[in-house]
Amino acid sequence: MDTKNIMIVGVGGQGTLLTSRILGGLAMKAGYDVKLSEVHGMAQRGGSVVTFVRYGDKVAEPIVEEGQADVLIAFERLEALRYAHFLKKDGVIIVNDQRMDPMPVVIGNARYPEHILEELSEKYTVYAVDAMAEAKKLRNLRTFNVVVLGMAARYMDFSKEQWIEVITATVPPKTVDVNLQAFEVGYNKKGEQTV
Amino acid sequence: MSEKVLMLGNEAIARGAYEAGVKVSAAYPGTPSTEISENIVRYKDCIYAEWSPNEKVATEVAIGASMSGVRSMASMKHVGVNVASDPLYTVSYIGVNGGMVLVAADDPGLYSSQNEQDTRAVARAAHVPVLEPSDSQEAKDFVIAAYELSEKYDTPVILRTTTRLAHSQGLVELGERQEIPDKPYEKNIPKNVMMPGNAIKRHIYVEQRELRMSQDGGRMDINRVEYNDTSIGVITSGIPYQYVKEVLPEASVLKLGMVNPLPRPLIEEFAAKVDKLYVVEELDPIIEEQVKSWGISVIGKEIFTVQGEYSANLLRKAMLGQDVTAVPADVPVRPPILCPSCPHRSTFHVLKQLNLHAAGDIGCYTLGAVAPLNVVDTTVCMGSSISTLHGMEKAKGKDYIKNWVAVIGDSTFMHTGVNSLMNMVYNQSTATVLILDNSTTGMTGHQDHAATGKTLQGDHTYAIDIVGICKAMGVPSVQFCDAFDIAKLRPMIKAAVESDELSVIVVKGPCALLEKRTWLTPCHIDPEKCRRCGMCMKPGCPAITKKDDGSIVIDDTMCNRCGLCEKICPFGAISRL
Repeated sequence: MDTKNIMIVGVGGQGTLLTSRILGGLAMKAGYDVKLSEVHGMAQRGGSVVTFVRYGDKVAEPIVEEGQADVLIAFERLEALRYAHFLKKDGVIIVNDQRMDPMPVVIGNARYPEHILEELSEKYTVYAVDAMAEAKKLRNLRTFNVVVLGMAARYMDFSKEQWIEVITATVPPKTVDVNLQAFEVGYNKKGEQTV
Repeated sequence: MSEKVLMLGNEAIARGAYEAGVKVSAAYPGTPSTEISENIVRYKDCIYAEWSPNEKVATEVAIGASMSGVRSMASMKHVGVNVASDPLYTVSYIGVNGGMVLVAADDPGLYSSQNEQDTRAVARAAHVPVLEPSDSQEAKDFVIAAYELSEKYDTPVILRTTTRLAHSQGLVELGERQEIPDKPYEKNIPKNVMMPGNAIKRHIYVEQRELRMSQDGGRMDINRVEYNDTSIGVITSGIPYQYVKEVLPEASVLKLGMVNPLPRPLIEEFAAKVDKLYVVEELDPIIEEQVKSWGISVIGKEIFTVQGEYSANLLRKAMLGQDVTAVPADVPVRPPILCPSCPHRSTFHVLKQLNLHAAGDIGCYTLGAVAPLNVVDTTVCMGSSISTLHGMEKAKGKDYIKNWVAVIGDSTFMHTGVNSLMNMVYNQSTATVLILDNSTTGMTGHQDHAATGKTLQGDHTYAIDIVGICKAMGVPSVQFCDAFDIAKLRPMIKAAVESDELSVIVVKGPCALLEKRTWLTPCHIDPEKCRRCGMCMKPGCPAITKKDDGSIVIDDTMCNRCGLCEKICPFGAISRL
């Protein structure tokens, strides 16, 4: 199989790292060679964060480069726009439809772009979900990542059972049930929210 | 085949230490090296692991363990090697009894550092061999190889990593721990006491050792030649090897596992067999300049940058003239910021109100230099806030620093700030030093240190009393204050900077990431009372934003209930309803 390139982007503290580890674990269980790149340290403090997951028969470099990503999972709208040029021509974007103002916007030095999803839809296939609203319904805000992952699951090479197995093994034991519910919510969103 | 698991580069290094039979590990946290110790501690049944107060101490702990006859490891980020360079340059002369490895993690691209220095340059100057792995599997294997070389050639060995390797995950095949019997300690004054008469002889040994390793390099498994099409040959090592494989799968490659000393005969043999020779190395032209000095023609930094990380696309552009870079959207940057409810924000808000400059230091609070706070004026290195402020006073007089303070975190104070404060006492400073005590090493992800009362291995221990140290050194005024008690903190700082005596204020407040105050309700702005003056937005809390209609709102999913905004709102519009 050709190497599959996934990018997970968001704001430091949103859980991109955990998400990439779920994906990495999944690809390994499925028997692929896997490499992941993560971001630690200062950038995790509310900055723009990107992690890469690559899997296939044999993976050399651990990063995804411009024009190579098959799937872009974005936990925030502006971050989806920031990294969209990493996608292949027919790339898919799964985006959490949430706005988080970066500090230059908060203090009035920059404007948060409008119509991001519409702009992205002109070039790419975009699936959006208000994962925070869904997570609120589940009474556990931290599950929003797994809602997004549930939606992304439709566009990757693993069975639903494999996803469930890896999520169960990766999230904190006390939160397994609620995370599986979150996955289910995202998984069943397919097509509903296409922009 | 044995089990394969997905491991972070740093986790694989820890596994390598375990399998190599290491018995003592010492470190000070620093991105991108921190997770080495955090994973080594998983093997605490057979490896003693500690956070030392700084990298010099950690390296000396490892040296002592090696002298006593066991395998030891010290790990640190690249700038930590500077702190450790005093023992490093001399342990190069002494060599080892039990094998000793120093892991140095460089940060090309400056993900979380104050400079982009290349540890290989330090290693060349110190005449210490360097191994450089290119994925997680090699990270583990090279640790084991490093101990073998260390003992075979009687030398400490540096394992050099970079952020990309340290923080990438790849599959690693696990092995068993080798039980290495402790070597007996042998009193050997000519080898272990580095005074001039002994050191002069050991220096001769060091030079011979380096030559021998260079000659033997061709027979080391960690240096590998992959002959393919010989019209192009590439000398590379570490993570850049992966980019070379992506871009030039048909080229011949000399993959160096040992990057100091360079295996000269092997390189000369490879160079003679290929038509066009490249050196692909991140940061400084360490390999390139040596190879060129042997009269070999290579292409290197004339087409590659000395800055930042490489990538396959960067190589494609430089070597093949293929520009595949796409144009990114023009979007606002998202720089890192202090977290909601960070106690540093409260302190910086007070400093800003008092119109003070801050000599800064290394930690999350360096972010006090970022808008809208902009109160941190300087940042050099660990511990430097206190000593640079002292230098300013001595240069321009005590009145000049009446609008200055030094700010330093608790872990950084224990690292090297304590020496600088000692200097202030001794040389009669009148400065004000704020020790921002959040009871952890925050930026690197919450590690314990000498003043937290807990060890790396999770044991309770004596917590060094920061106030007590300052008093014992003779600081005339030592006070402490809650970071969020701004009504008390403001006059305290004002009086301290105005006074003609040295003052330390320990500003206490737990790291926001360690205290999720979910038992409190989030802050809320009453739109009836709010006059949209924007005062609450001045400290730059990311939970407070202005909507397009001009109204100001607090995101209750981000608010961590510190109440700073409630205290600074002049109209009583914010409450925790």
